[in-house]
Amino acid sequence: MSQINVKVSQDDLQLDPRLNSKADTLTKIFFRKFMKNKLAVIGSIVLFIIIVMCGLAPIIAPYPFEQMSLLDKLKAPNSDYWLGTDRYGRDIFTRLLFGGRISLLVGFASVAGAILIGVTVGAIAGYYGGIVDAILMRFVDVVISIPSFFLLITIVTIFDPSVGNLILVFALTSWTSTARIVRGEFLSLRSREFVLASKTIGTKSYKIIFGHILPNAMGPIIVTATLLVGSVILAEAALSYFGLGISPPTPTWGNMLEDAQNYTVMLTAPWYPFFPGLLILITVLCFNFIGDGLRDALDPKSDD
Amino acid sequence: MVTYIIRRTLMAIPLLFGITILSFAIVQAAPGGPTSLLMDPSMKPQDRVKFEEKYGLNDPVHVQYVKWLGNMVQGDFGNSLIKRGVPVSELIMNRLPNTLLLMISSTLLAACIAIPFGIYSAMRPYSKLDYSVTVTSFLGIAMPNFWFGLILIMVFAVHFGWFPTGGVATLNAPFSLWDRIHHLIMPAIVLATADMAALTRYTRSSMLDVLKQDYIRTAMSKGFKEKKVVLKHGLRNGMIPIITLFGLMLPSFIGGAAITEKIFSWPGIGSLFIDSAFQRDYPVIMALTVISAVMVVIGNLIADILYAIFDPRIEY
Repeated sequence: MSQINVKVSQDDLQLDPRLNSKADTLTKIFFRKFMKNKLAVIGSIVLFIIIVMCGLAPIIAPYPFEQMSLLDKLKAPNSDYWLGTDRYGRDIFTRLLFGGRISLLVGFASVAGAILIGVTVGAIAGYYGGIVDAILMRFVDVVISIPSFFLLITIVTIFDPSVGNLILVFALTSWTSTARIVRGEFLSLRSREFVLASKTIGTKSYKIIFGHILPNAMGPIIVTATLLVGSVILAEAALSYFGLGISPPTPTWGNMLEDAQNYTVMLTAPWYPFFPGLLILITVLCFNFIGDGLRDALDPKSDD
Repeated sequence: MVTYIIRRTLMAIPLLFGITILSFAIVQAAPGGPTSLLMDPSMKPQDRVKFEEKYGLNDPVHVQYVKWLGNMVQGDFGNSLIKRGVPVSELIMNRLPNTLLLMISSTLLAACIAIPFGIYSAMRPYSKLDYSVTVTSFLGIAMPNFWFGLILIMVFAVHFGWFPTGGVATLNAPFSLWDRIHHLIMPAIVLATADMAALTRYTRSSMLDVLKQDYIRTAMSKGFKEKKVVLKHGLRNGMIPIITLFGLMLPSFIGGAAITEKIFSWPGIGSLFIDSAFQRDYPVIMALTVISAVMVVIGNLIADILYAIFDPRIEY
C-alpha cells in the first residue's frame, strides 16, 4: 500500500478565521443593512430631532404658544423670532413645535390603533380562511372602495374632532391595507411545517396565530406602519387645513396653514405659509425614507 | 374571457350593496339623525309628528334604507338641506363636468411625464438622472398637495400674477379656450403631482423587471436598436401592471381632487363635498360618498377587465 505523504502544517488545519467568530445576530444584520441605505439613516436622524424638539416643546420653545404681541405682527424671521411671527404676533417657531406634538401624537396613536385592527382582522381571515376570510375581506373591500378622505370628512362632521376622536377616526379608516397584507402573509405561512407541528401537539389557535405566525409576518407590518404614520400626518394636516380638524387656538401644522391662507399674508409674509408645510413635507419624507430602508433591511431575501 | 368579465361584474354587485349600507349606517349615527337640521327646535309636537311622518322618520331603519336605496337607484338623491328644494342630483350634475375636466387633464399630464421618465430610469438604473427622478418622486409623494397648491398660488398668482388664483374661467367674460386652459394649469399640476410620483416609481420597477427578461436580450442580440426594443417589446409588457395601479390609485386620486378643487375654488364635486360637510348637508354628503365609491368600484372593474384583455398569459 502506498501512501501519499502530504505535509500538513498547523496553519492548514486552522478554520477559516471568519468561522471562529460568532455568527451575526438578526439584529446585527438588520442594522448593517439599514445603515447602508443613506436616505433611511438621514431620515431617522432628522425624524429623531423633530420628535425630540416637539416632545420637549415646553422647555425648548422661546415663548408660550398662545402669547400674542400685536406690535410684532407678521415679522420676518429675525433673532427674536427665528421663523417670524403670525397675524397675531405669535412666534411661528414656538407654534410649530407645539403643533408637531399633536400631529405626531395623532400619527403614532392612530397607526397603533389601525395596526391593532388590521392585524386582528387580517390574521383571523388568513388563518381560518374559507367563509370567515370571505366575509372579512369583502368588508375590507367595501371600506377600501370609499375614498378615505371622503370617509374621514363624513365621520368628522358627525363627531366633534377632538384629539381623541381624531385618533379613533384615523384608526377606523386606515386599517384596511394592513389587514390585506397580514392576510396575505398568513395565507402563505399557515401551511408551513412549523404551524402543522404546533397544531399536532395541540397548541391553541390564538397561540399559533399570535405566538408563532405573527412574529414571522412582522417585517411587512412594520414597513406598512411606518409608511402609514406619514400618510396619517398628511391627512390630519389636510383636515385641519380645511378647518375640520383640531380648531385654533391649539396650534397644529394644518390649522397654521389655514390661518396663513390669506391674500395679505401671502403678499407680505410668505414665510408664514411656507414653514408649516415644509415641516409636514420633511416629516412625511422621513417616514417614507425610513419605511423604504426598513423594507430592504427586514427582507431576508435582499442582498447584504 | 366573456365568462370572466360576467363573473367579475357580478362580484361587484355585493360590494356596491356593502358600500350603500356602510354610508347609510355612518350618517344614521349622526346625533339627532340626518334630518335634524330641518327641524325647528320650537316646532309644536303635532307638527313634529307630521314632519316625521312626511320624511318617513318613524319607519324602522331597514325600511328607511330600502326606500333611500330605491330612490337612489332611480337617480333621486333627495333634496339639499341647505339649498332648500334643489335636488342633489342637479347640484352634482352641474359640477361633474368640471371635475371630469380636471381629473382627465391631470391624469394625462401625470402619464405623459411619469411614463417617459420611468422608462428612462429603468434603462439607465443608478445613473444621475435615475437618482434625481427617484428623489423627485419621493418628494412628490410626501408633498402635502394643499400646501403645494398654496405655494403655487402665492408665487405665481399673488406675487407674479401670471395665473388666476382660482375658478374655472374669468367671471362674466365670453368663453375663450385660452382662458379655460389658463385656469386649468395650476390645479392640474397640483392634482397630478402625487400620481406622477407614484406612477414614475411603478413604471421604473415594472420596466426593470421586463428589461431583465430573455426575450429582450434576444432582441438586443439580434441587433435591433435599443430604443426600438425597449419601446416596442419592453413597454407593451411593462405597462400591464400599470393598469392595475390606476385602479388602486383611484380612491386617493378622488380624495386629492377634492382637496385641489377646494384650494383653487374649482366648482367641482370635490369642493361641493367639502362645502356640504361644513354645512352638515347630509343628503349631498351621502350621495357623493356613494357616487365616489361607485366610481372606484367601476374603475377597478375596468382595470381588471383591461388586465385580462392585455395579458394573455393569464387564464380564467
